[in-house]
Amino acid sequence: MIDHALWYASRATGLVTLLLFTTTAVLGALGAARFATSRWPGFVIAALHRNVSLVAMGFLTVHVVTAVVDPYAGIGWWDVILPFGSVYRPLWLGLGAVAGDLAVAIVLTSLVRTRIGLRTWRVVHWASYACWPLAVIHGIGTGGADSHVGWVLGLDAGCVLAVAAALGRRFVVVHADTRVRRGGQVRP
Amino acid sequence: MTDHVLRVDPIRCTARGLCAELAPELITLDEWGYPVLTASPVPAALAADVRRAVTACPTLALRLDRIP
Amino acid sequence: MTGVLPDMLPPRGDRRLLGGGRRLDVAEHLARFGPLPWAAAPGLADLAHRAGLRGRGGAGFPFGRKLAAVAAGRSRPVVVVNGCEGEPLSRKDHALMDLSPHLILDGAMLCAAALDADDIVLCVHRGDPAGALLRAAAAERHREPIVASVVEVPDRYVASEESSLVNFINTGTARPTSKPPRPFERGVRGCPTLISNVETFAHLALIARFGPDWFRDQGTADSPGTALMTMGGAVRRPGVYELALGVTVEEAVATAGGTGLAPQAVLIGGYAGGWLPLPRAGAVRLEHAALRAAGASLGVASLTVLPATACGIVETARIAAYLAGESARQCGPCMFGLPSVADDLRILAAGVGRDRALRDRLRRRMTLLAGRGACGHPDGFTRLLDSALRTFGDDVRDHLHDRPCRGSLLRPVIPVPRAGQPGTGGWR
Repeated sequence: MIDHALWYASRATGLVTLLLFTTTAVLGALGAARFATSRWPGFVIAALHRNVSLVAMGFLTVHVVTAVVDPYAGIGWWDVILPFGSVYRPLWLGLGAVAGDLAVAIVLTSLVRTRIGLRTWRVVHWASYACWPLAVIHGIGTGGADSHVGWVLGLDAGCVLAVAAALGRRFVVVHADTRVRRGGQVRP
Repeated sequence: MTDHVLRVDPIRCTARGLCAELAPELITLDEWGYPVLTASPVPAALAADVRRAVTACPTLALRLDRIP
Repeated sequence: MTGVLPDMLPPRGDRRLLGGGRRLDVAEHLARFGPLPWAAAPGLADLAHRAGLRGRGGAGFPFGRKLAAVAAGRSRPVVVVNGCEGEPLSRKDHALMDLSPHLILDGAMLCAAALDADDIVLCVHRGDPAGALLRAAAAERHREPIVASVVEVPDRYVASEESSLVNFINTGTARPTSKPPRPFERGVRGCPTLISNVETFAHLALIARFGPDWFRDQGTADSPGTALMTMGGAVRRPGVYELALGVTVEEAVATAGGTGLAPQAVLIGGYAGGWLPLPRAGAVRLEHAALRAAGASLGVASLTVLPATACGIVETARIAAYLAGESARQCGPCMFGLPSVADDLRILAAGVGRDRALRDRLRRRMTLLAGRGACGHPDGFTRLLDSALRTFGDDVRDHLHDRPCRGSLLRPVIPVPRAGQPGTGGWR
């Protein structure tokens, strides 16, 4: 019974982690798009983005630990950071390991952002464009039969739509500062 | 008064405006969205707000310089 | 200790840099002025300090102090010679590079020796014939221990700013960078960099030979020596003249043959300089302190006389539009503020019509420019506009009341080029 509990815990926290990283990505895209209202000023969007990402890392930790401790799938500690070597669904699990590695790098560099210089931080942060899709694919791939369940499909679709919409807005709406720096007209 | 003054790197600043949200008593935005700073030292009562603003700047354009 | 040779005659009066108006080749140059006084190199900063030499590139910074600051750096310095005359109203650097390139090279080599630098970079604008002139002169000096190379820089207004040149040499983009650090601390390849105008190096070459007392024989205590001045606009004999610093505006204009038409004002220091009314400001001395006090700036020492028939607001509006177009587009207040104010000025020049809020809007915006960019471009712009509103105050009042002066209907007088393209490739 304990074994099943750990397995279910890993799967459940995996879904929660996906939701939290999706929220993080959406907030990040909104911030970069300079989205701000009187009730949601820019610094709130930024702070939420940061705090949600930390909560997501917490759930990610539980997700990973329960998966390793559970003996059912034979996932080892090394499989957490080194991809594609696991016994259990090596490809799909491996993508999760890559996503996890990237997430750790992104979060750590963000925590010491003021000390490492803007360019380094920015380059690592761009890895989020790889990290989030890998996490989604990892989820669908390791989900197996569960991934075809109705509400799981809905959840996955919802996450993809949310990020797509946020990124669409981020790249379509161009602020005057960005436009002029790129050589565009001062008056559009 | 602290012995620090607020300065901005005008090339890095892209008018995100978080600084003016976090330290409105010291930082206002001009009509184009860029911060207008004063040359006077940061008042002690606003030091915490200012430090938060400096950390929050998305391009790390805002900085606190010690007055020589 | 200068390298003075007792039998070398120093130049007399204010005819120092441009000699007989003819280019001397290296043999003639050395015969005229004597050999390069290498012995002066170790104490060069002190020599420059005692002579009171100030930069001739616009800022007027004390050169001895700059040289000492570079020398105090921790790695081998680089010498950059700024021959990029980006100010359309100034031709003095061209005259100097044409007639006395060897004085420039002398000064640069002395500095390189003083700093133990082995790299001299001569900067000129792309397509400028001065590039070929300097290359030829540098080739004539191939026997000297220090090598000078010529670098061609994009022809944009802010490309000749100190940090722009350093940035161009380092990265290939001639746009200003944020300070700190300044070039004297960290410049070309991260090394302490001495960068000064061609004329500054030329004066230094003579100071090293003939001494600080000789240099101070002309000019004022605060602004010693002579300066090359470009006289233009409504003067009878426009051109480049060498005059002692401290001469009055009236004396300088008289040297250029006086004005043909009745003068209204003079623009001193180029586009980023300041207007002074004529004939009222005729007694103002052409030296740094006096001009600053009068709301203008010596800058690159160009004087452009505006006749009474012209409209100062129209002229200023055209210059403002050019300066706005030449923003490097790196700093918000400059890339948005300058075009906004230039637009306001254009409306003012045309007569205000229904735009009643213009004066307040203009006044408010002009406080938002100076000091808020990474370079002095918005500051020069503000100085030009402040001085224009002051000098042409009566016209401003008329224009605000929708009564533009007759001069505004005539063709403008001051030549203003078209601003470059906004694309960032323009500075590469």
